[in-house]
Amino acid sequence: MRAVVRKEVREFRRNRFVVVTMAVTPIVFLVVPMITLLGIPASASSTAVKSAAGFLSLLMLIVPIVIPPVISAYSVVGERDQGTLEPVLTAPLKPSELLLGKAAAAFAPSVVLSYAIYVIALIVIRIAAAHVVSVVVWHAPLVLAQVLFTPLLATWSIWVGIGISTRATDVRVAQQLATLASLPLLAFTALISFQAITPSLPLVVALALVLLVVDVVAWRVVSQLFDSERLLTGSYARAATTP
Amino acid sequence: MATAPGEPALLVEHLTKHFGERVAVEDVSFSVAHGEVFGFLGPNGAGKTTTVRMLATLIAPTSGSAVVGGIPLAPPNDVEIRQRIAVMPETPGLYLRLTVTENLEFFAGLYGLDSPMERIGLALDAVNLAGRAGDLCGSLSKGLRQRVGLARALLNDPTILFLDEPTSGLDPVASREVHELIDGLRGRGVTVFLTTHRLEEAERLCDRVAILNTSLRTIGRPDELRDRFFGPTLVVRTAAPLAAPERVFAVAGVERWHADGDGYVLAVTDPRTAAPEVARSLVAAGADVLSLGAERHSLQDVYLELIADDVEARA
Repeated sequence: MRAVVRKEVREFRRNRFVVVTMAVTPIVFLVVPMITLLGIPASASSTAVKSAAGFLSLLMLIVPIVIPPVISAYSVVGERDQGTLEPVLTAPLKPSELLLGKAAAAFAPSVVLSYAIYVIALIVIRIAAAHVVSVVVWHAPLVLAQVLFTPLLATWSIWVGIGISTRATDVRVAQQLATLASLPLLAFTALISFQAITPSLPLVVALALVLLVVDVVAWRVVSQLFDSERLLTGSYARAATTP
Repeated sequence: MATAPGEPALLVEHLTKHFGERVAVEDVSFSVAHGEVFGFLGPNGAGKTTTVRMLATLIAPTSGSAVVGGIPLAPPNDVEIRQRIAVMPETPGLYLRLTVTENLEFFAGLYGLDSPMERIGLALDAVNLAGRAGDLCGSLSKGLRQRVGLARALLNDPTILFLDEPTSGLDPVASREVHELIDGLRGRGVTVFLTTHRLEEAERLCDRVAILNTSLRTIGRPDELRDRFFGPTLVVRTAAPLAAPERVFAVAGVERWHADGDGYVLAVTDPRTAAPEVARSLVAAGADVLSLGAERHSLQDVYLELIADDVEARA
């Protein structure tokens, strides 16, 4: 699995599309809400502050959803595109090991980036924003939600990306579909971000556990979807298509 | 589980693969001895790659069985079989953004090799690529990429090496280099399973060949197949047609004959004894002989004979 992670990271580092997307997206998602939050005066209404803080929180939770598909959607269809899938499949590793390696390679940079911009946002707000803004953004359940949900949302997004990658025939289409398929989670994150569900510590932990279960189920489903025969020949073991 | 002495490296019995209604491989049986270079020939779509993929545990047979490197082909044994074999597909399948060494490092990691850098060095030396170890694979020519693919296949020191069309798309120089590498593997005792439709390649490299066209059409040593499908023949060319060829060729050792363009093809029992008799008879008949010699059939003739039979049968 370590070999898979190392190879994936090496490949992505040399893929300009991946590097640019992973660099630009978090910056945009950080800068836009920060401009709003830093412009809020100390006299602003609590509704305005909560709305702006919710927007920041929403974007911070979108980052771990939209970044992983850039990598994970490439994982299987990309191998197939460049003809490397067959040599990899003839190596003595189980499909689950291969998939976990690919997931880990997408997980680490996505989560690190997501945490990094969140920490930057927290620090900048504490230093430069009005006190009323700082109080809302540094609300403990919200911070905990961000810390717990970021890796869990990223994991979900990764499995969706890999799942689509096992079925797609084109890398770009896989990336677009994977991003779209991850978006339903936006509703979930929006409820928390805008405090439609009042975030409390027990609620955040409970939701994190639900997400964890969903992630495990997604891993199992994607492992089942990974059928080397179909990937190589376009056929299931007894399907009515030709190799 | 090790291969017992005398046990073949590869034993295939009644292997069949259907893709829905389409039969890709039908009831194929053969065995390959240790250290043998075995050619698997057939036209496009004959089932060669499908057979290799079945034996490499990539796709499941519909029926039949096989023992690969002493291990029965069955899903629980997949990983163990893959430890002992290597497959080089028709396209080498390299990560073009990675260097030669990085590509090999990845696969060395997948095989869990001890001292991977040493093994990578040996594999690169074996394919004469040590000087290009730091080059990006995307910058290499097709022939060099093929050599990297071969180096990758050698990393785990396989018992059986499956080479699927290893010279496809290569120029003659690069093809010759691959041939030399395969010869080198024979010298090292590696069992090589070579699929190709380059018949001269199979004839030059293989100890035995099998001709497949969905089902196995024939199997044997190239010279054995030539003898089996074409008896010994003499070809006579004369300046003008013979007046009475039936009398001229009524000599000892000639079984039958037929006219062929500006000459005659004679089926004989043994060219070495029949040729002098035929020569004397031609001289006695006053024929102006341009040439008289034994006809050498190639593996290509055998192949075409078999595949033509299939085409006729389908027509």
